[in-house]
Amino acid sequence: MPTTVDVNGRAMNVNSPPDTPLLWVLRDELGLTGTKYGCGVAQCGACTVLADGQPIRACQVPVSAVGAAKITTIEGLGGTHPLQAAWVRLDVPQCGYCQSGQIMSAAALLAANPRPDDAAISAAMDGNICRCGAYQRIRAAIKDAAAAPTPAAPGA
Amino acid sequence: MNKPVANLSAAPTRRQALVVGATLAGSSLLVGCSLPDVLSYGSRVEPGAFGPFLKFDPDGTVTVLSKHIEFGQGNHAGLAAIAAEELDADWTKVKVEQAPANAKLYGNAMMGGTQGTGGSSAISDSWMKMRKAGAAARAMFVQAAAAKWSVPAAEITVENGLVRHAGSGRSLGFGELVADAAKVTPPEAPTLKNPSAFTLVGTDRVRRKDSAAKSNGTARFTQDVRLPDMLTAMVAHPPRFGAKVASFDAAAARKVPGVVDVFQIPSGVAVVASSTWAAKTGRDALKVTWDESKAETRSSATLAQQFRDYAAGKAAAPAKTEWKAFDAKGDAAQAAGGTAAVDVTYDFPYLAHATMEPMNCVAMVGKGPPRLVYGAQGQTLDQINVARAATALPGSVEIETLFAGGSFGRRSNFQSDFVVECVQIAKKVGKGRPVKLVWTREDDMRAGYYRPLVHHAVRVTVDKDGFPATWRHRIVTQSIMKGAPPGAPTAEIDFTAVEGSMGSPYLKATPVVDGQLLTPDAGVPVLWWRSVGATHTAYVMEHTIDQLARKAGKDPVAYRRALYQKAGAKRHLAVLDLAAEKAGWTAPPPAGWTRGVAVHESFGSVVAQVAEVRLENGAPKVGRVVTAIDCGIAISPNQIAAQMEGGTCYGLSAALFGAVTLTDGVVDQVNFDSYRVLRNSEAPTVETYIVPSAAPPSGVGEPGTPVIGPAVANALLAISGQPVLSQPFVKA
Repeated sequence: MPTTVDVNGRAMNVNSPPDTPLLWVLRDELGLTGTKYGCGVAQCGACTVLADGQPIRACQVPVSAVGAAKITTIEGLGGTHPLQAAWVRLDVPQCGYCQSGQIMSAAALLAANPRPDDAAISAAMDGNICRCGAYQRIRAAIKDAAAAPTPAAPGA
Repeated sequence: MNKPVANLSAAPTRRQALVVGATLAGSSLLVGCSLPDVLSYGSRVEPGAFGPFLKFDPDGTVTVLSKHIEFGQGNHAGLAAIAAEELDADWTKVKVEQAPANAKLYGNAMMGGTQGTGGSSAISDSWMKMRKAGAAARAMFVQAAAAKWSVPAAEITVENGLVRHAGSGRSLGFGELVADAAKVTPPEAPTLKNPSAFTLVGTDRVRRKDSAAKSNGTARFTQDVRLPDMLTAMVAHPPRFGAKVASFDAAAARKVPGVVDVFQIPSGVAVVASSTWAAKTGRDALKVTWDESKAETRSSATLAQQFRDYAAGKAAAPAKTEWKAFDAKGDAAQAAGGTAAVDVTYDFPYLAHATMEPMNCVAMVGKGPPRLVYGAQGQTLDQINVARAATALPGSVEIETLFAGGSFGRRSNFQSDFVVECVQIAKKVGKGRPVKLVWTREDDMRAGYYRPLVHHAVRVTVDKDGFPATWRHRIVTQSIMKGAPPGAPTAEIDFTAVEGSMGSPYLKATPVVDGQLLTPDAGVPVLWWRSVGATHTAYVMEHTIDQLARKAGKDPVAYRRALYQKAGAKRHLAVLDLAAEKAGWTAPPPAGWTRGVAVHESFGSVVAQVAEVRLENGAPKVGRVVTAIDCGIAISPNQIAAQMEGGTCYGLSAALFGAVTLTDGVVDQVNFDSYRVLRNSEAPTVETYIVPSAAPPSGVGEPGTPVIGPAVANALLAISGQPVLSQPFVKA
C-alpha cells in the first residue's frame, strides 16, 4: 500500500512493502544512496539519519513506522553544513563509506549541544564505527565545526 | 626504481605469486604471448595523446588517471600530486579519475605487471611513471607554445598551469594549448625535476580530492550502483567451509514479492530479486540442506592446540608438510641448549577484515564482453577469474573500478571469490542484464579469507651483556600462498608467513639463529590482512625484545639502539630516535600513564611508536601515540599522518578485541555485536613525524598497523611485569 514519507522536506510516495526498513526505501526506491548499509542490526551507525532531528538507525525502522516524522538524510544537509566544511578542511574521510552516518550523528549532537566536550562527543559518536580509524579527525572536525561562527540546524 | 626491501631479494613475494597465477591462467588461452599482451587482448582501452595517465580539457582541467583503487589510503591524491609536480599544474584544477582495467597500460611492477593495488605499493610503483607522464606532457606544452609563438623552447616557463614566454609577455593555459600540444610527439626521456626543487610534493597542499564527495553522500560505491533493469542478488552460503548444496526448497522464497529467480551456484543458492530487501527476505525463506562430507569441522581451539603441539615437537608435522628454515645461522643445537633468558609462545587468532562496505559487485554477462562495476583491488586477477567463469578472454573483461568502503586486503584474492560469485549469477540471468550481488554483514563476517591463525614459539639465550646469543624461532600458520592457482610453482617458503621475523635486525645481530616455519592445512580460507605477516611477526619480535631488555635490566630504547647499531639498521635507529625524542622518552610520562615502544619495518618503510597506556577497569586504554616513519620521500604529509592514525586504530582494534573463532567448524562471530572493533572513544591520539629522506617513496598504507600492538604490550609488561602472550588482550 503506497504511503508518504517526508524526506529532506519533500513528501515522497513510497511503494515498498511496509516492513521494508527505511534504509532500503531511501536507497533502493528513492535513490538516496548517501545513507549506507553497514550491519543491519544498529551496531555500526552507517545508516544514521535524523527523524525530527533525532539520530535513528534507518536499518531498524520499518517504513510503516516512520509516520509523520521529518527524515533528514546526508543529502538533506546540502553540502554546506559546517560539519561538512570541517570534514573537508581536515580531510576526515578515508574510504568514506561510514562518513554520512558519522556526519548525521554529529549534526544531531551539535544541534542539541553546540559546544560539546570530549565526553559528549564520545557519547554521541561511539555508535558509529569507522574501520579506517578516522576517529581522531572526526573528533577534531566536530570541535572545528562547533567553533565555526553559526552552526546550522540539521536539515535547515 | 623502487628501493629493495632489506633481505628479501631472494624471497618470492606474494606479488610475484600473483603473476605466476596470472601467467598460468593466461597461457592456457594464448600460448606464447607476453603477460601484458594476453591481458590486454580484446581490450578497448586506448591511451590518449598524453599517454595513459593524463588528460587535458579545454577549460584547463587536468585529469590524472589512477591505475589504483582508492579505498581510503589516499593514493589518488598522491598519484595526482606527483604528476602535477612535474607538470607544474595548478593543483586546484587537477582531478582524479579511475583508470580502466588494462595490465599493459596500468600494470604494477611490484605485482609482477598485473594491475592491482596491494603491498602498499601504489605510490612507490607509480613514482617514476607519474613523474615521467607529467614531465612528458609539460614538454609537449612547451613545444607547442614555442612553435605557436616562434620562440625557443628554452625561453618558455611553466608555472601553476600557465605556459609563459617572459621575453614577449605571452602566456596561455594548458586548456588553451591542449589542441596544439596533443599533436607534439611525446619525448621518450623527459627531463625530470630534482626532488629538492619540488614545490607541491611533500607540502601540506597535497590533500585528498574526494573529501567533499565523501562528506555529502555523492561518492559512488558499489553498493550505490543503480542501473536500468538491474536485479539484486543474495546467496545462501554453507555454515561450514567446504560444504556444498545437497538440496534446497525454494518454494517459500519464490513467493516473496519481488523475487525473480532462485538457483544453485557453486558457492550456494542464489536469490535474485528486484530490490535488496526482497532478495534478503527471499533468502531468509530458503531451506537448504548441506552436504558437509568435505567440510572443515574442527574448532579454532583445536587447530590452535595442534599448532602449539607442532611447535613444541609434541606432534610430527602433518603429511605433505615439513618444517622449512626462514633463517639459519650457526649451530642449531646450540639454540636449543643453554639457559634461556626468554622462552615463550604466542597465539594469534583468525581476524576478519570487516570493511565498512561488505563485499559486493555488479556484473553484466551474456551480451558482448563481460562488464563489471565494483571496487576492484586486483583487476587483472579478477579479469582472469571472471573470464573463466563467463567463458571469455581475460583481456575482454571490462572493469569500471569504483571507490570501495575499505578493503585491508579483502577485495583481492586468488579465487576472486565474491566477484566470480556475482558473475556466475549474472551469467545465469544472462542477456547482459545488470546483477548486483550484495553480501550482508553476516555473509561478510562468516565468509572466511581471514588473517590466519598463527602460533610462534621463541627461545632466546643471551651473552654476558644481556644481548641475544642464540635465537630459536618456530612459526606455525596456514599458508596464504597455498591459495595460489593449482600448478603454480611453489616458493621455497611462504614469505607472507615469516616476513618481519625473517629479515629482522634483531636476528641479524644474533650470532646463532634457528628459525623455521610449518604450514599445516585447514579448511578455513586465509588471506593477507593489512600488513600481512607483520600483523604477528612485529608483535613477536618487539615484545620478545622488551622481555629481553627487562631481563638484562636495560632501557628498551637503549637496548634496541645497541642491536640496531650491531645490525647496521640505520633507518630503524633514525625512527626510534625521532619517536623517543618527540615522546620525551627520557622524561617521566604523565602521572598514571606508562610508555611502551616498538619499531618495525614493512613494505619498505620503518615505523617507530611510543604509546602511553594505562589500565581502566582492567583493560588497556591507549592515549597519546607518538609515531615516526621513514617512508622515503614524503608525497603527502597530511595523508601519511592519516594512514598512521588509521593504521594504528586498525592494529589496536585487532590487538585489543579482534578474534574470529570457530566451534566445530562454524564461525562464532556474526556481526559487530560479536566481532568487537575499536570505537571513537577508544581511539588514541596519534602524532606523526616523518624522517626526511631523499630515497624513492615506500609504503604507507600498511606499515602503521603492526607497531601499536607490541608498543601497548610493552607498556603492559612495564606495568605488570608480565608478558602478554596472546591476542586479543581483552577477552570476549
